Amino acid sequence: MPAYTLKINGQSRPANVSADTPLLWVLRDTLGLTGTKYGCGLGLCGACTVHLNGVPIRSCQTPVAAVDGAEVTTIEGLSPDGRHPLQQAWCEHDVPQCGYCQAGQIMTAAAFLKSNPAPTAEEIDGALANNLCRCGTYLRIRAAVQEAAVALQKGARP
Amino acid sequence: MKPTPSPSPSLAASAAFSRRDFLRVTALSGGGFMLGLALPGEAWAQAAPALDDTAKIFTPGPFIKITPQNIITILAKNPETGQGVRTSLPMIVAEELDADFSKVVIEQAGLRGDVGAQFAGGSRSTPDNYLLLRRAGATARAMLLAAAAQTWQVRVEELSTDKGEVIHAATGRRLTYGALATTAATLPIPDERDIKLKSESEFKILGARVGGVDNPAIVTGRALFGIDQRLPGMVYAAYEKCPVYGGKVLGANLAHIKGLPGVRDAFIVEGTDNLSGLLPGVAIIAESTWAAFSAKRQLQVEWDESAGPGHSSADYAARAALAAKAGGKRVRNDGDVATAFAAGKLVEAAYSYPFLNHATLEPQGCTAWAKEDGGIEFWTTSQTPGAGQQLVADTLKIPKEKLKLNLVRAGGGFGRRLANDYMVEAAAIALRTGGAPVKLTWTREDDMRHDCHHRPAGYHFLKGAVDAAGKLSAWHNHFVTFGLRNTERPSSGATLSPDELPARFIPNYRLEQSILSTIVPTGPMRAPGSNGLAFVMQSFIDELAHAAGRDPVEFRLELLGDDRVVPPSPGQRGAPYDAGRMKAVVRLAAEKAGWSGPLPRGEGRGIAFHFSHSGYVAMVAEVAVTPAGVLRVRRVTAAVDVGPIINLSGAENQIQGSIIDGLSTAWLQELTFDRGRAVQSNFHDYPLLRSPETPAMSVNFIQSKNPPTGLGEPGYPVVPPAICNAIFAATGRRIRQLPISRTDLQWS
Repeated sequence: MPAYTLKINGQSRPANVSADTPLLWVLRDTLGLTGTKYGCGLGLCGACTVHLNGVPIRSCQTPVAAVDGAEVTTIEGLSPDGRHPLQQAWCEHDVPQCGYCQAGQIMTAAAFLKSNPAPTAEEIDGALANNLCRCGTYLRIRAAVQEAAVALQKGARP
Repeated sequence: MKPTPSPSPSLAASAAFSRRDFLRVTALSGGGFMLGLALPGEAWAQAAPALDDTAKIFTPGPFIKITPQNIITILAKNPETGQGVRTSLPMIVAEELDADFSKVVIEQAGLRGDVGAQFAGGSRSTPDNYLLLRRAGATARAMLLAAAAQTWQVRVEELSTDKGEVIHAATGRRLTYGALATTAATLPIPDERDIKLKSESEFKILGARVGGVDNPAIVTGRALFGIDQRLPGMVYAAYEKCPVYGGKVLGANLAHIKGLPGVRDAFIVEGTDNLSGLLPGVAIIAESTWAAFSAKRQLQVEWDESAGPGHSSADYAARAALAAKAGGKRVRNDGDVATAFAAGKLVEAAYSYPFLNHATLEPQGCTAWAKEDGGIEFWTTSQTPGAGQQLVADTLKIPKEKLKLNLVRAGGGFGRRLANDYMVEAAAIALRTGGAPVKLTWTREDDMRHDCHHRPAGYHFLKGAVDAAGKLSAWHNHFVTFGLRNTERPSSGATLSPDELPARFIPNYRLEQSILSTIVPTGPMRAPGSNGLAFVMQSFIDELAHAAGRDPVEFRLELLGDDRVVPPSPGQRGAPYDAGRMKAVVRLAAEKAGWSGPLPRGEGRGIAFHFSHSGYVAMVAEVAVTPAGVLRVRRVTAAVDVGPIINLSGAENQIQGSIIDGLSTAWLQELTFDRGRAVQSNFHDYPLLRSPETPAMSVNFIQSKNPPTGLGEPGYPVVPPAICNAIFAATGRRIRQLPISRTDLQWS
């Protein structure tokens, strides 16, 4: 099997897996980074969202061969101390119910706020439209993103 | 709160919980305060002094453990599926203990024998445990007070407690519970009858907004869920079953599969005929989930699908229509519906709703480890771990005592995990791994095609009448439902109680029933029974209100009648129906929604109410429909009476989630069958509501002086009819078949 050297959350991580293995399963099974979730396997639900060179991607649809050498950021590496303004806002608004989709929601939101630091409610909903929440926490997700956007605008560090 | 790991040896988990979180009060835009989770601080635990030889840990029963280093641990007894009980049940203990909830460590119980029933279902966690957990907390507090009285040689009556300390106000002395643990551990546990509980006015924790204890772990991606479990030497499994329920394996290309990269083994599991148990199938054991899934796609299995023909959705609809013509078996007959129909204004309508899949976002799965002693240890997301243990014991002939269950957080339940099919599959595979632990993961397609108890479809053929005074006078429902391989007994979750409203509330009521035989298994999904019935009852009541030219809110209040408690009919086992509580939520929902305010054409409001799982709920939906038929649900206003609220944040979240769930299912979802096979396979053809479709929501609780009851379920049933009634108000189109997406909503 080919040996890949992945750059995950700033660290170099070797992975000996077949070329067609989705990044999702390399993260979860090979590297033990289980924060990124499997929901549908078809890029439909967004639970597996990670950043590839800062851009949100569906890791279930991204073969490992396509990310060799690129910078991958997962929910575990979003913030060095787990206190990204989005993570704090998620706790303050008590967003999760089951919590399974939330890592994907936060990763999509984090990339979105870089491209649109002061979004409207509609823009937030649009950006997160392909991250499904079965429990229905969308209102709180929107409120938390709004609050994190304000904190980032005020200079909070990610 | 410091959530300890679910009792999981997960490699990631040891680092995952190296934080302590404390409470913080934050003003929220929605009003009130959030006792939220914030900064870490392991230092608190590390700074604890070392034990001396005489120190004792105080464990007054299974729910509380207080160490001399002042670490207070509260056991979370029930499975957490997103309904919030890992937070709310320990809050109840902490309230009576008078602990500082910010410093409490939450420990998840495995399946054990000394904490009462451990399950997540029927919205029962709160009502079944409220007094039990209050008494546990109050007992411990009484013993700590006695320990302080002994230590200071003062009378107990001179002492008080606050935030984990006993205080002697007269002298200003204070001792932490930890400092009293050794002494308290030597005292006898007092008689329950001598324990005084707090009055509600003394509550400090219950009723507050408390963030979920697992939130910090969730937002940082720490290992937490069933699918996150990792064990040394673990292997990964996939399991393929017959697309037609219960079909047997006739043969499979096992030799080819075994030769695929990363595959360790592949074999046929003969299984049983229990549709919620170990169904026949082909197991694949591999070195990774992806290797297992990839090999599964190359599986070629010859199935016995002979049971399938005749079991398509179109077959069921045709058989229901035939049954409607033939008439059904009479279940209840009050008064004289025929005379009332002749004397009043008659309305006839046929309603139906489809089968649904639970579609938890975490697919079913389980980790199991067969041990050398013949036992198995599980990490399971089951909502009914005791039943899961029994199922494995019965199916695989292993003594129950040798089956150890760790309960891990589930990525959604909604009733799906009341069954334990995934658990017994993992067990059967674990016996074939040569001692390696195995994680079974279902694909989304497995999950969509193998719900072992769907929300049943149902058909209702209705006649109703209003009298000259515009009052609901008669109701006749011919309910056509399903029976699993029989026509005598409805399937699980497919019954209609003879007491279902408007029975008992009107003089002339008749219920007939026909049962169609099916091979599709059905059972509980969020608010079982009610999740389909409320759509029919509250929609048809609306039709009758409009037929009478009456305001739908006034018509409903009149139907409910005087404030009184209506008992179940003789021989029926349902809960008494408090008409006063229901009228109060109907009035509050209407008031908060601005019910009678004018709206332009193409916009409308609809109301619905329903009583289920001890909860009284009414909602008003406000929709806008463009002339081209594009629906927008703009606002949903909820009024809810489940007695006092335990955790205001969690409670609101459950109602908001119920609104989204109700919208999602009523608007978009149906699971159809083609010769016994589920047709839909993933979220492209079984869609969930998305964030841009989220309505504004207003959640209003009436905290009546009734015992507190659960909130996972009662919010759901009214959502579909409230929306459909609003669509009628906006467009004049009456939705009689779900999902709404099947109806063209154009108007001009």
